Amino acid sequence: MRERKRNKKRLFEDAVHGVFLLLGLVTVGCVLLITVYLVISGIPAIREIGLVDFLFGKAWASTAAEPAYGILPFILTSIYGTAGAIVLGVPIGFLTAVWLAKVAKPAVRSVIESAVSLLAGIPSVVYGLVGMLILVPGIRKLFNVPDGASLLAAIIVLAIMILPSIVKVSLTALEAVPKEYEDASLALGATPTETYFRVSVPAAKSGIAAAVVLGVGRAIGEAMAVMMVAGNVPNLPDSLFQSVCFLTTAVAKEMSYSSGLQRQALFSIALVLFLFIMLINAALNFFLKRDKEK
Amino acid sequence: MKNKTLSPKRKAYVFVMNALMGLSVLLTAALVLFLIVYVLFRGLPNISWELLSTKPSYLVERIGILPDILSTLYIVIATLVVVLPLGVGAAIYLTEYAGNKKVVGMIEYAAETLSGIPSIIYGLVGMLFFCQFLNMQTSILAGALTLVIMNLPTVMRTTQESLKTVPQSYREGAFGLGAGKWRMIRTVVLPGCVDGIITGCILSVGRILGESAALLFTAGFAHELYGFFDGLTNAGATLTVALYVYAKEQGEFEVAFAIAAILMILTVLINLAAALVGKYFKKRRSL
Repeated sequence: MRERKRNKKRLFEDAVHGVFLLLGLVTVGCVLLITVYLVISGIPAIREIGLVDFLFGKAWASTAAEPAYGILPFILTSIYGTAGAIVLGVPIGFLTAVWLAKVAKPAVRSVIESAVSLLAGIPSVVYGLVGMLILVPGIRKLFNVPDGASLLAAIIVLAIMILPSIVKVSLTALEAVPKEYEDASLALGATPTETYFRVSVPAAKSGIAAAVVLGVGRAIGEAMAVMMVAGNVPNLPDSLFQSVCFLTTAVAKEMSYSSGLQRQALFSIALVLFLFIMLINAALNFFLKRDKEK
Repeated sequence: MKNKTLSPKRKAYVFVMNALMGLSVLLTAALVLFLIVYVLFRGLPNISWELLSTKPSYLVERIGILPDILSTLYIVIATLVVVLPLGVGAAIYLTEYAGNKKVVGMIEYAAETLSGIPSIIYGLVGMLFFCQFLNMQTSILAGALTLVIMNLPTVMRTTQESLKTVPQSYREGAFGLGAGKWRMIRTVVLPGCVDGIITGCILSVGRILGESAALLFTAGFAHELYGFFDGLTNAGATLTVALYVYAKEQGEFEVAFAIAAILMILTVLINLAAALVGKYFKKRRSL
């Protein structure tokens, strides 16, 4: 009798264990699902178009009588756009983080920190809307170009959007620098500012690198805000004032009315984007792990 | 006094660096302030009771965002109902059950990967899997399930963080009193991770409110009024998607700004709530 009760209890506990294991594996399942679906639906178009023609073809004319499916314009635009956002956003975010971590008084710091997290919470379409109505006309007037919806507008919007991630991750890294390092530097006669930039920042190097990589990931994956300000014409990005199409916007723009090979090619673009993101994730993991090991 | 002993070169370095830092901080702060003020300034005057309480009608040329508000609400509820058990369960497995380091590493790596994937890719896969393969069509439910995958890592992480703060001695105490593992989890661990669950909820709501790319192809952009259960099986635009459609495709900037102002206010509220919850539980912990 007692034996049976105990058996029953153990069976029950095992069942609960199993349920939790399943719940834990849902995440893994989701990643597999996404990967498998993207690969399965992305490969056919690449096969049909040819890998080289697809990746390095300079023309994208999916709805033309003789369609061309070259995504080099999208790849280059995504790379240039991301690089531009990093060049603009990282210095500002990084310097803000140093100031917040080392100089700011606690009260001021908490105000600015909450402002920065607010920036992270604003929906991307709101950035797009403000960009459409301020940035795009502004660029048109300032540089005297026919249309302000351009690579430059996208770069500025992206730079603002990656700012919060850069500030937050750099801030965490700078906080983790042992105080002894700074004390030693100050005791040797360095001024506080010199200490921040020559001692604290090099010590927080990996964390700051992680912040940059995270920013790259955010920028390359953003779709809606960019779609609203970049003009969405599949041009090769020769100049900052050209109307361009990113990898993300190429997919978002044509998905609703696409069919046949065009639709499959859009999935292939998503696959290329996914591969970029996986590379970036690997880099991010590398930097974060290196930081932890220290 | 200290500065007198510095060489001019060092003085210049200190000056330039301080100036650059100051400029960056000012720029960041000004940016946030400008965005809030501009959006509220242009949006608030356009919010009217009629806008909030009606649906769009071509007959009387009226735009109303009640359907979009309801769709947003439905999608938030549906997502949370599914994502909470999944995320909390996964976190409990990781902290309470998992013995195998490889399994833990795999799950954590998967969660990290999920949080790095751009929303447009979620939208595509959601469309392929939920709308087409599972035959849900473009519907709020398909959108909500897509968002479940997106928010899973968030809920998992916040719950995990709070589980780590439940003292090991509580668990041992429960075992010592003869509780089985499940009973221990139910009575000791779960109450201890309420703060993590609440934080996870708030963060998820924020993300759902702001999401648009993942919903465009999964939840669609219809503006029809439905009850909750009918709403789930029908297409519906959330506020962000509606903003996009009104601004980019219809050029209705007044409506777009009105929605933007509503979203901005909600974002501020969510940030405040997250900060307050964090503070409240921190205080209670330290007592």
